[in-house]
Amino acid sequence: MFGRLTIDSLPFYSAVAASGAAVTVLGGLAVAGAITYFGAWRMVMTQWVSSVDHKKIGIMYIMLALVMLLRGFVDAAMMRSQQAVAYNSDGYLPPDHFDQIFSSHGTIMIFFMAMPFLSGLANLIVPQQIGSRDVAFPFMNSVSLWLTTAGAGLMLISLVVGKFSTAGWTGYPPYSGVEYTPGVGVDYWLWMVFVAGFGTTMTGINFLVTIIKNRAPGMTMFRLPLFTWTMLITSVLIIFAFPALTVACAMLILDRNFGFHFFTNAMGGNMMNYINLFWLWGHPEVYILILPAFGVFSEVVSTFSQKRLFGYISLVLATCAIGLLSFTVWLHHFFTMGSSAKVNSFFGTMTTIISVPTGVKVFDWLLTMYRGRIIFKPPMLFTIGFLVTFVIGGLSGVLLALPPIDYMMHNTTFLVAHFHNMIIPGVLFGYLAGYMYWFPKAFGFKLNEKWGTRAFWCWIIGFYVAFMPLYVLGMLGMPRRMEHYDIAAWQPHLIVAWVGAFIIMLGMICLGVQLVVSIRERNQALDLTGDPWNGRSLEWATSSPAAPYNFAVVPKVESRDAWWDMKQRGVAYERPAEYEDIVMPKNTYAGVVIGVAGGVFGFAAIWWMWWLALLALVVIAGTIIYRASDDDDEFIMTASEVKAIEDERFAQLAKAPKNEMADEPGFAGNAAPEPAE
Amino acid sequence: MIVRHARSLRWTTRATAAIAIVGLTVLCAGCGVADGPTLDPKGPIALTERGLLFKATAIMMIVIVPVFIMAAWFTVRYRGTNRKARYTPNFDFYWPAEIIVWSIPAAIVVWLAFHLWEYTYKLDPYTEIDPSVKPLQVQAIAQDWKWLFVYPEQDIAVVNELAMPVGTPVSLTITSDTVMNSLVIPKLGGQIYAMAGMQTRLNLLADEKGTFWGRNVQYSGTGFADQQFQTHAQSKEDFDAWVEKVKQEGKSLDAATYDALAKPSEKVPVTYYSGVEPGLFDKIIAKWSHGDMDRMPHHSQAETTE
Repeated sequence: MFGRLTIDSLPFYSAVAASGAAVTVLGGLAVAGAITYFGAWRMVMTQWVSSVDHKKIGIMYIMLALVMLLRGFVDAAMMRSQQAVAYNSDGYLPPDHFDQIFSSHGTIMIFFMAMPFLSGLANLIVPQQIGSRDVAFPFMNSVSLWLTTAGAGLMLISLVVGKFSTAGWTGYPPYSGVEYTPGVGVDYWLWMVFVAGFGTTMTGINFLVTIIKNRAPGMTMFRLPLFTWTMLITSVLIIFAFPALTVACAMLILDRNFGFHFFTNAMGGNMMNYINLFWLWGHPEVYILILPAFGVFSEVVSTFSQKRLFGYISLVLATCAIGLLSFTVWLHHFFTMGSSAKVNSFFGTMTTIISVPTGVKVFDWLLTMYRGRIIFKPPMLFTIGFLVTFVIGGLSGVLLALPPIDYMMHNTTFLVAHFHNMIIPGVLFGYLAGYMYWFPKAFGFKLNEKWGTRAFWCWIIGFYVAFMPLYVLGMLGMPRRMEHYDIAAWQPHLIVAWVGAFIIMLGMICLGVQLVVSIRERNQALDLTGDPWNGRSLEWATSSPAAPYNFAVVPKVESRDAWWDMKQRGVAYERPAEYEDIVMPKNTYAGVVIGVAGGVFGFAAIWWMWWLALLALVVIAGTIIYRASDDDDEFIMTASEVKAIEDERFAQLAKAPKNEMADEPGFAGNAAPEPAE
Repeated sequence: MIVRHARSLRWTTRATAAIAIVGLTVLCAGCGVADGPTLDPKGPIALTERGLLFKATAIMMIVIVPVFIMAAWFTVRYRGTNRKARYTPNFDFYWPAEIIVWSIPAAIVVWLAFHLWEYTYKLDPYTEIDPSVKPLQVQAIAQDWKWLFVYPEQDIAVVNELAMPVGTPVSLTITSDTVMNSLVIPKLGGQIYAMAGMQTRLNLLADEKGTFWGRNVQYSGTGFADQQFQTHAQSKEDFDAWVEKVKQEGKSLDAATYDALAKPSEKVPVTYYSGVEPGLFDKIIAKWSHGDMDRMPHHSQAETTE
């Protein structure tokens, strides 16, 4: 009946584990309690949980990402604290617990922080940027969200019921095999990645089709905003890369639960097959994460420099080149496998080649700032911080691409510093910039800039203080994942890194305060025009927050910076003569049912409750069949309803005498453009 | 106007403070690096690797330094409040700039690629360092959570201690009797995985006397943090004396002793064995590969000879 699940699975074996579980349970109860207190269950269920509106789905994705960012950061802080004190002592965490923490930190930050954040920004913005009323498959979008949430839910449940994996976020066999790591830990990791991976794959399909098929008239490929371009390439990468992860996970699941021998030490298994498959996904994955961040930086740098993006074609070509090359470098994650010099040289060379398009992008962003009029809003600060910091990570990345140097640095904290140097200033700064840049588009008011600036300074200083010592520790030969150590020279650097983590914690607090303060003072920072930054692309042509259909009249695009161009021609706020009926997708609970059933299926499979797993699969299949045969899944918003919404919008526009940016001291105004040189 | 000026001043002060903090961190980081393994190697392999590190870092500065300069310059010069700077909102394409940003990084990568191929072949861990000298053969076996080093020619084996004569190349053949491990002695160079049922190789040479730590750096479970050993690079005479000492003190390493040793154990002290069961290393590989010819030493996947 309950498979492996016994009363001993509850976390009463250690104070640290029990408190972690308590925080998780209380957090869940607090959320449920708050919804009950405000009497908001009906609103939450009918307007959010069952929603197929891409903007609401995007907001829910980002909420999930921010919650998981907090949890992943707590893991990081615990590791830094442990390593700061663990010189010749066991510190406060036993190895078993420390190992679970570094595994969950990586898993959360990649799968349940970065991926939802990326999907969230894409959902919120891409359809509006291409002048579309919706994504191509609204219902599939909802399924994607809830499957991702199911994976994150399993992650949180693992903190309460049973133990988590100790095999790191990469789960290398044979250590992650059942002979060496019995129990539910690795199974938790496998099933949550497996379930969430389906959601992400569908997101990739959805956005590829959306961007190819749903563009407004005149929106040619070379007029797409850069964020949409990067999402297009990212979608292609997701579609090609994620099956490799799903297959690798499925094979390891078969190994662990059904006695197969794909990756075992004995019986003809080969762990290197897993490692190849994993990085065949894993390396494109890091580009899946970074490309949308590059897209955000492109939008932000152009908007806040009040200047057209420099080298648009170059940036697009560089994006495509990175996308293609990202599939040709996976072996650089295991140069030390014992492959021949020829093989290592090839993959090393391909890796250095990737730095070319990346370098081109950095210079194009810098040249966008050149002869601009830069306004230092928090998103722009994050962008400048990124430009300076990211190249340091690029340098260490090229060094690691040289196999002989990788022999020295592989598995050391130098590598840890390198990828954090890419993922914090690159991915996370990009997403945070996007979050602050597009927040008004989602909610109709701006985030507090004072706290945003403080968050930026804490994050960037904290980053340097936390990760530069790790470069040094790598030079001193310190391996990653050390629960304790006996080399005195390491400790000072680890203490500095701990201080850095503390500064980053202040940055996290600033983000939280920023959100609270902004909500409380929203009336002073209302975005009445829908165009708070004097933006350039079509997402600023809609109201903030956008109407359910985004565009009452599908815009006609005539130039690259479509919205800017409309403002210049004076046609930006034209009222159409008449409105048309708009066909809209109906809200449905099918997506959330599939998501919850997916989560139940994962949980049941982890604990070997096969009857329940089967039941969950039946529910999923039944829901899909029911949904597929339901022809009544759309409704019509009549022209008069649309007109009412739009009239309200124009009344609001009339209240806003000028663009909000016009009060900025650095505002360039729509000065007569100088001829291009 | 004055208000504006104050704002930009505050902003620069803050930036300066930030740069100062970061600079101090980087400076402090400098302490102790100079005699760390990467910058103070004790063998030709690690030394060559360090040379490549310096070269590559230097050449990359061609790209890195301009980014720093441009970021600082453009940020200050083209801040919106500076009305003296030129403003060209439609300036979005310029052939010479495009050519420069594509060609310079590409040229650097071409230069790097040549060096990369040269050094990767030169420093291939599988290549013997000096074909004219017979290297000292050592077989390294990774266990939970210790290293067993077998000296087949001397007929001795040691747990968690490695000795080598200075100036004599050492040829390690590596396998694992448990999960995947990775063997590294940072002061001497490279690192290579240890995998069950497979054999990998690592060639090293110490050209200075000393004691250097080495360890497993591939996470392998609870005892991972303590899975380290000391490497003694000593004179020929001292090495011979050490071998004698191991022969005197060591008990024999037969199959039963080995099986007991292979069980998981942490913080294992240095242990000497003399009289090693013949072919132990190959037997451990065969145990996992079941006589699969593809996986035997000299045919194994990890041993792709070009």
